[in-house]
Amino acid sequence: METLIGLLVAAPLLGAAVLLCGGRRLDRTGHWIGTALAAASFLLGAVLFADMLGREAEDRTLSQHVFSWIPVGGFQADVAFRLDQLSMTFVLLITGVGTLIHVYSIGYMEHDERRRRFFGYLNLFLAAMLLLVLADNYLLLYAGWEGVGLASYLLIGFWQHKPSAATAAKKAFIVNRVGDIGLSIAIMIMFTTFGTFAFSPVLESVGGTSEGTATAIGLMLLLAACGKSAQVPLQSWLGDAMEGPTPVSALIHAATMVTAGVYLIVRSGAIFDAAPAAQTAVVTVGAVTLLFGAIVGCAKDDIKKALAGSTMSQIGYMVLAAGLGPIGYAFAIMHLVTHGFFKAGLFLGAGSVMHGMNDEVDMRRYGGLRKYMPITFATFGLGYLAIIGFPGLSGFFSKDKIIEAAFAKGGTEGWILGGAALLGAAITAFYMTRVMLMTFFGEERWRNAPTPSPKEPSVEPAAETGGEYEVPHPHESPKSMTVPMIVLAFGSVFAGGLFSWGEAFVHWLEPVVPFEHGHPPVSALTVTAATVVALLIGVGAAWLQYGRKPVPALAPRGSLLTRAARRDLLQDDFNHVVLVKPGEYLTRGLVYLDHKVVDGAVNGTAAAVGGLSGRSRRIQNGYARSYAVSMLGGAAVLVAATLLMRAV
Amino acid sequence: MNGTLLAAASATSTGEAVQFWILGTVAVLGALGTVLMKRSVHSALCLAGTMIVLAVFYLANGAYFLGIVQIVVYTGAVMMLFLFVLMLVGVTAADSLKETIRGQRWMAVLCGLGFGILLVGGIGNASVGTFTGLAEANAGGNVQGLARSIFTDYVFAFEITGALLVTAAVAAMVLTHRERTERRDTQREMAEKRVREGKHLPPLPAPGVYARHNAVDIPGLLPDGTPSELTVSQTLRSRGQVRDVSRKSLSDLAALERRTEDYLGRDESAARGGPGEGGGRDVRDAADVRKDVSDDSPAADRDRDTDRDGDRDADRDREAAK
Amino acid sequence: MNPVNYLYLAALLFTIGASGVLLRRNAIVVFMSVELMLNAANLALVAFSRLHGNLDGQIIAFFTMVVAAAEVVVGLAIIVTIFRSRHSASVDDASLMKL
Repeated sequence: METLIGLLVAAPLLGAAVLLCGGRRLDRTGHWIGTALAAASFLLGAVLFADMLGREAEDRTLSQHVFSWIPVGGFQADVAFRLDQLSMTFVLLITGVGTLIHVYSIGYMEHDERRRRFFGYLNLFLAAMLLLVLADNYLLLYAGWEGVGLASYLLIGFWQHKPSAATAAKKAFIVNRVGDIGLSIAIMIMFTTFGTFAFSPVLESVGGTSEGTATAIGLMLLLAACGKSAQVPLQSWLGDAMEGPTPVSALIHAATMVTAGVYLIVRSGAIFDAAPAAQTAVVTVGAVTLLFGAIVGCAKDDIKKALAGSTMSQIGYMVLAAGLGPIGYAFAIMHLVTHGFFKAGLFLGAGSVMHGMNDEVDMRRYGGLRKYMPITFATFGLGYLAIIGFPGLSGFFSKDKIIEAAFAKGGTEGWILGGAALLGAAITAFYMTRVMLMTFFGEERWRNAPTPSPKEPSVEPAAETGGEYEVPHPHESPKSMTVPMIVLAFGSVFAGGLFSWGEAFVHWLEPVVPFEHGHPPVSALTVTAATVVALLIGVGAAWLQYGRKPVPALAPRGSLLTRAARRDLLQDDFNHVVLVKPGEYLTRGLVYLDHKVVDGAVNGTAAAVGGLSGRSRRIQNGYARSYAVSMLGGAAVLVAATLLMRAV
Repeated sequence: MNGTLLAAASATSTGEAVQFWILGTVAVLGALGTVLMKRSVHSALCLAGTMIVLAVFYLANGAYFLGIVQIVVYTGAVMMLFLFVLMLVGVTAADSLKETIRGQRWMAVLCGLGFGILLVGGIGNASVGTFTGLAEANAGGNVQGLARSIFTDYVFAFEITGALLVTAAVAAMVLTHRERTERRDTQREMAEKRVREGKHLPPLPAPGVYARHNAVDIPGLLPDGTPSELTVSQTLRSRGQVRDVSRKSLSDLAALERRTEDYLGRDESAARGGPGEGGGRDVRDAADVRKDVSDDSPAADRDRDTDRDGDRDADRDREAAK
Repeated sequence: MNPVNYLYLAALLFTIGASGVLLRRNAIVVFMSVELMLNAANLALVAFSRLHGNLDGQIIAFFTMVVAAAEVVVGLAIIVTIFRSRHSASVDDASLMKL
């Protein structure tokens, strides 16, 4: 069984190699190869899962040592895999959702001439992500971590002919680098402290080190998680990453890669347990991000960016839960899985809508689409109900537990975190209802040509419509796109209930992820009731705003907060002022220094030599008589010297 | 005259002292003349005088052999060689003593004075009251003494010096000899070339102004009375040895003609033997002539040049072609 | 009179010759000045010979003469060659490495 673990990674890696190196002759079959290998990986995962279920709970961890990677003295880095319940969950999520999105992409990318390359990148992503979750040590995890960063970069910039896509890819890559530095520093600290970076020895011996070391490692890991999972303050890349094709947004920037940070925190739970300060930082980041993303999501008119804000917010929930310690780890992972289902479904739905609307992304140009694309409406609607936490659907179970756990943190901290989570739930309900209403209900605003937008810098520019306005003909997407959406909708509906049935998920994870029952200051039922109330308030407010009144086809100017939220709460401006500007001034200063001091010294030396040479050249005038004067002068000096020597 | 002196003396004879002071003055004057004379011929003559004086001093110092060699080799051979080259380069040309390199004169004077003072100071510092004299060394004869040393102690230096002399002779030949690298044009080819180039087909005009001057260094006058440089040989021109018929001499000539005409009216036969009155005709203006000449094509008057001049022209043509 | 006076005379002649080398532009005159310097040196050597009662000084002077003769031959040949190519015997005109 152990040998199958390597194949999990190898299958999509082989697909990537074949597709990227195979050249044009694979253009016709490439997408099938890619999908088949993704599916093979999923089947392998399923076989391993069945095998794992057949064993005792304590005996379920499998490990495979493939080869020694970097054996240098005390530095031993192995390519070794570890498949336990936590990894298994991720493997199933990644390969499952990944396969579905492969299938979806067959239809979505049908008219793109670089489809083969796209599937190659998708397979590369799968391989890297599987490497990340299956790694047995932090260094191999780091390799996968960088691999998904690379795949993310390639896929965001897949339509590189668009400058915005190229810029977004670059931005994502650079912001991720900042986080990656955190991970590499964390690994270095681990190595100097423990002499190893394999999971088991590190996590077992972390309790014995000083709290300061643990805090340092924890904060560095948190930095890494912030970068990869788009948490404040490294969140700015996620909105722009929506420039990539929609399946990419669904797979990488909703379901899997962005959750790698949560995986990292949960996997390193022992470190955070030993460092309360780092844990506080984690929950703070989570709470801030969940509100931040939710507020941004409320203001965006671009359907994908609204969903991106939502993703940010939901991952904020997960990070919050992961920061709560044993009372939250399991729920973080549970929410991660359910979120993987419904957010992927929502993104695929959004892609389906765009597919039928000539790639229009501005929700103000939608409206009343439920008649034209019923399947998309139904699946999107189920995903919507799941994300807002409608009782009985997946999101309800996972999110409610997180809110409960947040209150259970205890003390003032617990109240603040719980309140934030509750507020986030209300806002989530608001913006998702807004998306729903603007897209599928109301009048059909796409029938009229867009009026030129007034000069308002804060308005999100609508998709460019060149010249004549072509009235779109909304239609349902092909089967290859709708089937994955339906499957994901099933997941959105039932996964939560299934997991919570007798706390099945928690117990499944418990051998790997420690679990404690949280004890909120109020009863669990009260928390659930409060959550439902918050949800109803959010939905009601959205209905008042967007359901009852017609939605203007052009965004109104909006309040100060709205305008700020449209600009991603000024995060780019903040980065510009705090990071870019000082950098520019520094480089300018360095350039000035280089010109004036370094070049000045060099040029000054050259000028001095040149000037001296120019002067001394005049001595060499070519006249033999001048030279003769020098000779006679020299002779005179010699005579004088001789006489002096004699005198002395 | 020194042979009779004692082995260690502190003074020479009075006769020698008188000779030293008189001839020494002459030598210094000759040296100054060498340096300061405008014409190199004069310089050469002054130098020859100085060398003869030095020969006398050699004799006075008991270097009989050297004294004779000085006269034979230096004043005889070397100075003759100098004069030959002077003739070749232009015997009558006078140098301008105006300094052209900035600061050269001052530096030269400064260095010369400083060096001289140092030398004199050095000698004064080192002088001894007594001297040995050559009576003993010359006892067996000066020439014999020298020969003994040369063919014993200095034999290698002597042989090497001989080799040096041979080398110098060969070097002089190599330097002055010009190998013809191409066949010389025949008369016919030269004539055809001139026709082809269309340059001055008829023979060049003859030099000389009327019958009064029969010298080749006087340019002939054109019908409008101006001198034509074409009439003078290229060699003389490049040496600057063209005697100019300047404006003054032209006016003299005009006056002479007038008088001649007056005279002709009375006595025709007397005119032929009339006395030359254009005494100022020798006025030279070498600089002007050179300026005028520089425009002329050397090929134009090749036929009038001597063989060697022709060679030189051909060389120059070749060099110009490079 | 002390024969040392010959040395003073030699120094004077040498200095005059050196000044001539420095001041004159005509290559032939420069050359003559060089000869003057050589002769002054010879005079000094002959005087030394007498002062020390030794013929070595005269022998050196003799060699100087031979070498000077060789030098004159080569030097004058060079002057003639330069005059041929430049039509000038001025040392200042030959101030460039090429024609």
